[in-house]
Amino acid sequence: MSIEWYIVLSALLFTTGLVGVLIRRSPMVILLCLELMLNAGNLALVAFSRMVGNQEGQVFAIVVMVVAACEVVIGLGLLVAIFRRKLPLNVDELRELRG
Amino acid sequence: MEEVLFFVSAIGALGGAIGVVAMRNPFYSVLALIVHLFSLAALFLLLTSAFVAAAQVVVYAGAVMVLYVFVVAYVGGGGESAWEPIPGQRFLAPLLAIALFIELSVAVLASALKALGSEGPDVAAGFGDPAAIGTLLLEKFLLPFEAASILLMLAAVGAVVLAGRKREETA
Repeated sequence: MSIEWYIVLSALLFTTGLVGVLIRRSPMVILLCLELMLNAGNLALVAFSRMVGNQEGQVFAIVVMVVAACEVVIGLGLLVAIFRRKLPLNVDELRELRG
Repeated sequence: MEEVLFFVSAIGALGGAIGVVAMRNPFYSVLALIVHLFSLAALFLLLTSAFVAAAQVVVYAGAVMVLYVFVVAYVGGGGESAWEPIPGQRFLAPLLAIALFIELSVAVLASALKALGSEGPDVAAGFGDPAAIGTLLLEKFLLPFEAASILLMLAAVGAVVLAGRKREETA
């Protein structure tokens, strides 16, 4: 398979995640869709690393994975804190910081 | 053979992604994301990056998804209200996404990168295996490696502070 297939697939997965972030209201599903977008980026990084024949792009992908794991931990921590305070789990109703 | 594997994994990855977006119940979204992650690991294997594929399965499909399942079970999946602050957002968002996809594809495919149409150069047998990535991480990328470990520790402490019970009693 040529590399462009992987790149187009990665663009498709990224836009799917983008649609999810834009149309879903639950913060949990928005976090899942952010994972989709980060993974699409990872696929592009690994595909380009294969295209160049250089392993350093894979190290980049692993660092992205670490950052995604941190994002999930903090996001889910926030979610649990919101739930404990009995606030609505809906990003449109949590708008106090909007100004 | 490689084509078959690619298309099966690509359909799995895309179907999983659409499942995440379309499922009403967050629990099913998490399950769809697990399908997506396994298909993506297969794609990484096709790109001869064994270590990234293994890390994907162990870290994502293992640890992160277990965390998600626990939080979904704790919080529970409520239905979403139909109230929209921006009218028409549900129809405008896919349009924007299609435009972005076309733009990304045009930007990549019409670029002057000659190697895009190839399968990449022939690589030695050890390309992307744990030994090669480990050597890179501990020699060339030692500083990012340590920064990542500090970031992970900060995230763990932050999660405990955010979700811990003690804060509620003092607040």
